[in-house]
Amino acid sequence: MSDEIIQFGLYVPPHPHPLLAPDANPGYKRLREAYDQCKDRIEKSDADIIIVYSTTWPSIIGHQFQANPNSEWVHVDDDFHYMGSMPYSFTMDSEFAARCVEKAESRGLQARTVNYDAFPIDTGSITALSLLNPDNRIPSTIVSSNMYANRSETIVLGKSIRDALIETGKKAVVVVVSSLSNRMFTEPIDPIDDRIHSQKDDDWNRKILEFFEGGRLEDLSQLSREIHGQIRVQKVVAYKPAWWMASTMGQHNNYTGEVLAYEALHGSGGAVIQLTPSHGSMGDKEFDEDDVEYYHGDRDVLDKGGTP
Amino acid sequence: MPKGKIVLGTLAPHPPHVVYAENPEQNEPISEGGWETLRWGYNRLARKLEKIDYDVMVVFTPHWQTYIGTHFLGLPRFASKSVDPIFPNIFRYSYDLKVDVELSELMCKKASESGLITRMMTNPDFRVDYGTITSCHMLNPKWDKPIITISSNRSTHYYSPEVMIEQALALGKACSEAIEESGKKVVLVSSHSLSHRHFVTESPLPEDMSRERIYNHSQYVWDMALIDLFREGKMREAIDIMPEFTEQTIAETEGGGLIWMMGAMGMPDYPAEIYGYQSVIGTGNCIAAWVPEANKREIVL
Repeated sequence: MSDEIIQFGLYVPPHPHPLLAPDANPGYKRLREAYDQCKDRIEKSDADIIIVYSTTWPSIIGHQFQANPNSEWVHVDDDFHYMGSMPYSFTMDSEFAARCVEKAESRGLQARTVNYDAFPIDTGSITALSLLNPDNRIPSTIVSSNMYANRSETIVLGKSIRDALIETGKKAVVVVVSSLSNRMFTEPIDPIDDRIHSQKDDDWNRKILEFFEGGRLEDLSQLSREIHGQIRVQKVVAYKPAWWMASTMGQHNNYTGEVLAYEALHGSGGAVIQLTPSHGSMGDKEFDEDDVEYYHGDRDVLDKGGTP
Repeated sequence: MPKGKIVLGTLAPHPPHVVYAENPEQNEPISEGGWETLRWGYNRLARKLEKIDYDVMVVFTPHWQTYIGTHFLGLPRFASKSVDPIFPNIFRYSYDLKVDVELSELMCKKASESGLITRMMTNPDFRVDYGTITSCHMLNPKWDKPIITISSNRSTHYYSPEVMIEQALALGKACSEAIEESGKKVVLVSSHSLSHRHFVTESPLPEDMSRERIYNHSQYVWDMALIDLFREGKMREAIDIMPEFTEQTIAETEGGGLIWMMGAMGMPDYPAEIYGYQSVIGTGNCIAAWVPEANKREIVL
């Protein structure tokens, strides 16, 4: 399909409704159908690995990479336990996870693999992998979201994963598991009445979706702090998924963006979005926050494409 | 039937390191010890609890985080393996515990009647969080009493520390009413640390005590300020400064456990028993107990 080390990137929501209750609300169904479309696209891609960055797997000791070759258990969500259990059996690429750790450490990060029976894979990762890769056709690894990490650390983490891909020659689909606005209703609702929590959240979500549709991932990365302040419940220090996704995918704006679905999940903004590296959209987008490693002089961002 | 009552309330931090250091047969990893100041304090409190007549231990945990109200364990038995997602290298614990569903349902009902959003958790595959398991193991290693776990509603972040305090106090009052109505004798457990800033690196040997210290002096000073109020029996003042304490030390009090317990115990104005204070991977951890019956109180430390 393509020689790109990143075949494409997906941004998907963490809540279990599309997996456990797709028929409870037409919006959940549309999210499920979008997941199914992405599943088909992964099957048709040349991807060797799926790399998941999950905002619902927090870590403290640096960055953790899931490496259990056969990660199996039955998970139950803390809030949505009444919707049912989530049995899973995932094939992880232990060697690639180890390579990511090595590369992360070589860039100064604390990192380790996690390979333990009964390790509690998080709701978001289970939902994503169960729907995107149900038969384990492609091995995966899951990356934790360090609760203290901020911009530079998260961007360096993405770069280290990119280093591992370049060194191994593997082609990847990267998956970010995160809501857009993440404010849920704090009381039970009838699923049929689900809607985005507020007009403000909806407005911001739609603005973010415009950026995604325009392929402007690096711009989103640089808007992360504003997004965090505007539509994220302040549970963690920052909104990190766009930093990680942009960094892992190459820090530019040259993607073909497609929003496959955008719906409410108990009030939060859930979207299934695909970004595919492109060479056809150069010249009309620019970003201006400098890279985090050292000053390179003028970056000529308008001339840079999606090359690895 | 005589009224039920709270016989003891304890602040019981749950870093899994203390279970790891004890080397119980339920936990897979083997350690060379560590964190003795906390563990010996726990051991002493566990010995005291052995001599106290109680029916059930009720645990409020910040590691069962719910956004849609407060949830209560609602099946008579849970057996599984708990692996800490943060520290899986030191905590992989097989548990088999009993739940007092009758009292749990009554607490849920009373909380609901007081206007709080509540839900019973009745999925048999649910894994009980490691905070509950760590605190309960350290307080009652025999696991010969039923427990109830109450989730932590995340209203601090969704609304404000002040809203969380109001809700946690209301939940405590509702739980207290349920306990009275049940006729049971209950130990309350507020399972959390005080200051909660972690180091983000770990020594090759986690129990290497030459590497253990509080994250910074500010955290220590704040922890001591709060513990002084515990010692002086000034719990109203402690709750009053809680928003600032939580903000300054990223404290685990943000989950509401201690406030819930104080609400249930009628805001004690008598000194707490202090069993120990020690840092674990940089966080500040204090074991304290409040005993309503004056003739059963001790000066421990």
